[in-house]
Amino acid sequence: MSRSFESLLPKLVVAPAFVLGFAFIYGLMVWNGVLSVTASRMLPNYEEFVGLEQYQKLFEMDRWWVALKNLGVFSLLYVGGALVLGLVLAILLDQKVRAEGFLRTVYLYPMALSFIVTGTAWKWILNPSLGIEKLMHDLGWTDFHFDWLVQSDTAIYCVVIAGVWQSAGFAMALFLAGLRGIDDSIIKAAQMDGASLPRIYWRIILPVLRPVVFSTILVLSHLSIKSFDLVMALTAGGPGYATDVPATFMYVMSFTRGQIGLGAASATMMLATVAAVVVPYLYSELRAKPHDR
Amino acid sequence: MIAKSVFRAMLYAVLLLAALFFLAPLYVMVATSLKDAEQIRSGNLLSLPASLNLDAWQLAWSAACTGVDCRGLQPYFWNSVSMTVPAVLISTAWGAVNGYVLSMWRFRGSELLFGLLLFGVFMPFQVVLLPMSQVLGYLGLSSSVSGLVLVHCLAGMAGTTLFFRNYYAAIPKELVNAARMDGAGFWRIFWRIVLPMSTPILMVTLIWQFTNIWNDFLFGVAFSGADSKPITVGLNNMANTSSSVKSYNVDMAAAMIAGLPTMLVYVLAGQYFVKGLTAGAVKG
Repeated sequence: MSRSFESLLPKLVVAPAFVLGFAFIYGLMVWNGVLSVTASRMLPNYEEFVGLEQYQKLFEMDRWWVALKNLGVFSLLYVGGALVLGLVLAILLDQKVRAEGFLRTVYLYPMALSFIVTGTAWKWILNPSLGIEKLMHDLGWTDFHFDWLVQSDTAIYCVVIAGVWQSAGFAMALFLAGLRGIDDSIIKAAQMDGASLPRIYWRIILPVLRPVVFSTILVLSHLSIKSFDLVMALTAGGPGYATDVPATFMYVMSFTRGQIGLGAASATMMLATVAAVVVPYLYSELRAKPHDR
Repeated sequence: MIAKSVFRAMLYAVLLLAALFFLAPLYVMVATSLKDAEQIRSGNLLSLPASLNLDAWQLAWSAACTGVDCRGLQPYFWNSVSMTVPAVLISTAWGAVNGYVLSMWRFRGSELLFGLLLFGVFMPFQVVLLPMSQVLGYLGLSSSVSGLVLVHCLAGMAGTTLFFRNYYAAIPKELVNAARMDGAGFWRIFWRIVLPMSTPILMVTLIWQFTNIWNDFLFGVAFSGADSKPITVGLNNMANTSSSVKSYNVDMAAAMIAGLPTMLVYVLAGQYFVKGLTAGAVKG
């Protein structure tokens, strides 16, 4: 082999990744953007340019506003719930407990399962007549009433419950990894000074964990913006469209309602939301370490 | 001293309670799947099944109906297998080669290109659904398992590249430089030096990709046809099918069947799965 071919080889090998990868990521992104400014309905229609009409229509739709409001409620409670539960579990597990490995495995196993699997299970557990309600009645709490799953104004909280259950272990794993990275001598020194354990965690350990908290929030919130499977399995957006989120809205408009232009516009809005959360993070990650070549 | 042991007892109580909270849905799934309709009506979520009755599993596997199709989950299961195996292998191999170049054969601009590729890990795939279904149509791959394999390879490659690149970046440069001095070329260094050191990251990536692709629902529901639906779509259709009598025992057995492969991998190789989770989240 000639020298010049040898020096070109790495670039040739990695070229398909960039060509196909960028076509998939950025090419299709632009293509979706193009679709969103056309009057496409059942089929893509590139002839009829309508400007931002689809976006205007989107923001005049009650259903889209419901989806946005649900995303707000869900994101806040899902990220907050998983974060708090994960942090508490990580701190407790960090107290040199026995069977730590076993407990960790138990807390984290939902992450290995599809949201469709767990959503199907939760749908049965939260079933208004035969689920938790019946269990409480059998346990003697006879006037217990629980029908959140079928009520328009509460069904979204069922999605939150199942989502937090699924993801708290993930937050726990991230926090535990962060806690393990903290030097024991800091804690020892603080204990010598007579600081109590809660105070040590609040004043010393949490501040050190800040980057981990930050990246956990980032990962969870981008997951919440993309959440689709869980809603489909648990409520399918219902009752009516009471639990629609942007991802289910996009799917329904694009693939069952024959509103491709509108679906593309909603996908663009999702992209913008995720980008607003993720791009500053990626940028700072890449800027932070230009020297480790 | 007493305060300390009270604290320890409370600590374990809370940890055990949390474990029960996480295990309860799994218990409910298994218990319900072993009951018959009568036991479901008379008992409750936590009541034990009367016997080891596998009828619901049998039904879910090969006879439960979705609409007029009464073949159970079996065909979807095999669709998922024939989609997941090639997609996992190809996306992992592709990521390994990319990661090797982007860590050990960096060139001007490669870091920037990699940074741009990273957005593929985070982007909402809703953006690609509509154009991609047209692309699959042009390629003649609409509603086919091969089409799903292609989409999963493209969608997963950014992540697998990230895994391998970060892992290889930690391998001492001297090793590769010494081999280069001895006249070893690009592929020889990869096969003889880099790949033999890659077992841990190969495990992490294979398991990560397997879990993601097996569990995928979005691409499955958007791009599959009657004969190529993966198991997540089959399960969702079965559980949401509106029939007059709901057989929750069959639904739970079906959910268990769909979840068993990834659960098994998690139980057998959990530490690799956890590494994948934390690696994907923390470093860019």
